[in-house]
Amino acid sequence: MALTAADMKKIASLARIRQPEERLEPLAKEISGILDWIEQLGEVDTDGVEPMTSAVASKLPMRQDVVTDGGDPARVLSNAPKTDRNFFVVPKVVE
Amino acid sequence: MSDLTGLTLKAAADAIKSKSVSSVELTKAFVDAVETARPLNAYILETPEKALAMAAASDERIARGEGGPLEGLPLGIKDLFCTEGVCTTAGSKILEGFKPTYESTITSQLWRDGAVMLGKLNLDEFAMGSSNETSAHGPVVNPWRSRGSNRKLTPGGSSGGSAAAVAAGICLGATATDTGGSIRQPASFTGTVGIKPTYGRCSRWGVVAFASSLDQAGPIAKTVTDSAMLLRSMAGHDAKDSTSLDVEVPDFAAFVGKSVKGLRIGVPKEYRVDGMPGEIDALWEQGVAWLKDAGCEIVEVSLPHTRYALPAYYIVAPAEASSNLARYDGMRYGLRADAKSLVDVYEMTRAEGFGDEVKRRVMIGTYVLSAGYYDAYYLKALKVRRRIADDFEQAFEKVDALLTPTAPSAAFGLGEASADPVAMYLNDVFTVPVNLAGLPGISVPAGLDGQGLPLGLQLIGRPLDEGTLFSLGGALEQAAAFKDKPERWWA
Repeated sequence: MALTAADMKKIASLARIRQPEERLEPLAKEISGILDWIEQLGEVDTDGVEPMTSAVASKLPMRQDVVTDGGDPARVLSNAPKTDRNFFVVPKVVE
Repeated sequence: MSDLTGLTLKAAADAIKSKSVSSVELTKAFVDAVETARPLNAYILETPEKALAMAAASDERIARGEGGPLEGLPLGIKDLFCTEGVCTTAGSKILEGFKPTYESTITSQLWRDGAVMLGKLNLDEFAMGSSNETSAHGPVVNPWRSRGSNRKLTPGGSSGGSAAAVAAGICLGATATDTGGSIRQPASFTGTVGIKPTYGRCSRWGVVAFASSLDQAGPIAKTVTDSAMLLRSMAGHDAKDSTSLDVEVPDFAAFVGKSVKGLRIGVPKEYRVDGMPGEIDALWEQGVAWLKDAGCEIVEVSLPHTRYALPAYYIVAPAEASSNLARYDGMRYGLRADAKSLVDVYEMTRAEGFGDEVKRRVMIGTYVLSAGYYDAYYLKALKVRRRIADDFEQAFEKVDALLTPTAPSAAFGLGEASADPVAMYLNDVFTVPVNLAGLPGISVPAGLDGQGLPLGLQLIGRPLDEGTLFSLGGALEQAAAFKDKPERWWA
């Protein structure tokens, strides 16, 4: 699998990680190398095999739909980069 | 007592119980040792005041005739566990200064049982790495050195701080986590014992997430008994983690010393990989001989999909990581870059906050989950994962546990393997299959290589059968009689 610098630009943007233009080519090469190594999975016959989605076969537990926590905005906001009264302050989303 | 920091966890617990030493005395000895060992870079954050306050509270409980199974015993905590009011960084710049307002379930259980916190231990960034070199705080240095050399070696990763701290005697035991080998490989590199329990044994609540279907916490300790004592306190059902198993937690330490006579031990032929040093092969043979002498029956087994475990892991783990790490967006906690638009803030925050290996894995994960590639990569990997788990299941129809080397090499020099990501990934060739299948695995120190560096052997068990691993680990420990300690060159 040979990724191009343009592919890399798209992946970085999907991952929301800014990459300088000059890094795109080397990154594409590096990640292509890893993907080439991963390609060997193609050798495994997986016809009719159920994908394994969890490490142990257990049913998701149910619980009462009740409030168990909350009412403490100071704790919720204590690590926020920017707050105003009891709100997170974020960059403008809608023009 | 002369050197309190040289005690095992069990011996220290006995000394406290018999009141021949107080928790404050013990903790002071460790606080001093931690300070002396700063050249190892094992601790990201030392919390001596908190440690001494916890120790004083322990001594009061002991005086009242109370106290839990770990009463007054000083431990180190991997900086992936959230600790209330104490900075938790996951080894990342993006979480610099993050002070959780809650305590992880595992650490809260350790404090419930009386343990004392010495500080937060260094690790690879977000537990992604096998050499501790991806930490934003710089690599941990292995207390072990090759004979006659002062070259700095890696303690392994990602729980390198935990392993180095236990080996150097700057905590009695440590918490660690293992997504692809991060407990067992560092244990092997430092002559310590590390167990990754069955997936679901320990709650993941309050542990910074890397790859949720693989992450599992466990202890690193000096002896098999010590690791069993720690695991008992760490394990247990927690309603706050929906994958936590609602099963009884046995007295694991009671399994150490039990006869292993008649147990059938599988030796998987696929674990003889090309280029593995002869010394590791010889040690593996020695381990087989030790267990045979202890009365075990040795059976050759086949795990035919072993070689596909690493490539499958490097789809599954990055895919889950890319989803888990989406939360670091600079909005609610952690680093926020100064930029204009919302997208710029996201992209610059993550560019500045994440290191290269984390970026690489998040991007691989993003790619394998993206439209058009999901089936070819992610779904294929999940099917291969099933075949790997089936291999183990079939093997466990014939045997009670498996014996393998823990890692394909001894500790290597810092900076020696970091240039090629795939070469670094190969460190986990024997440990990753165990995570994919959700099984318990323990690494026990078994000997030294020609350069005087420790090597470990790994035992793999059936789901929830940690007890058998502790019995077998105890038998290996007794036969190997591994008593070597690193020279204290840092003191």
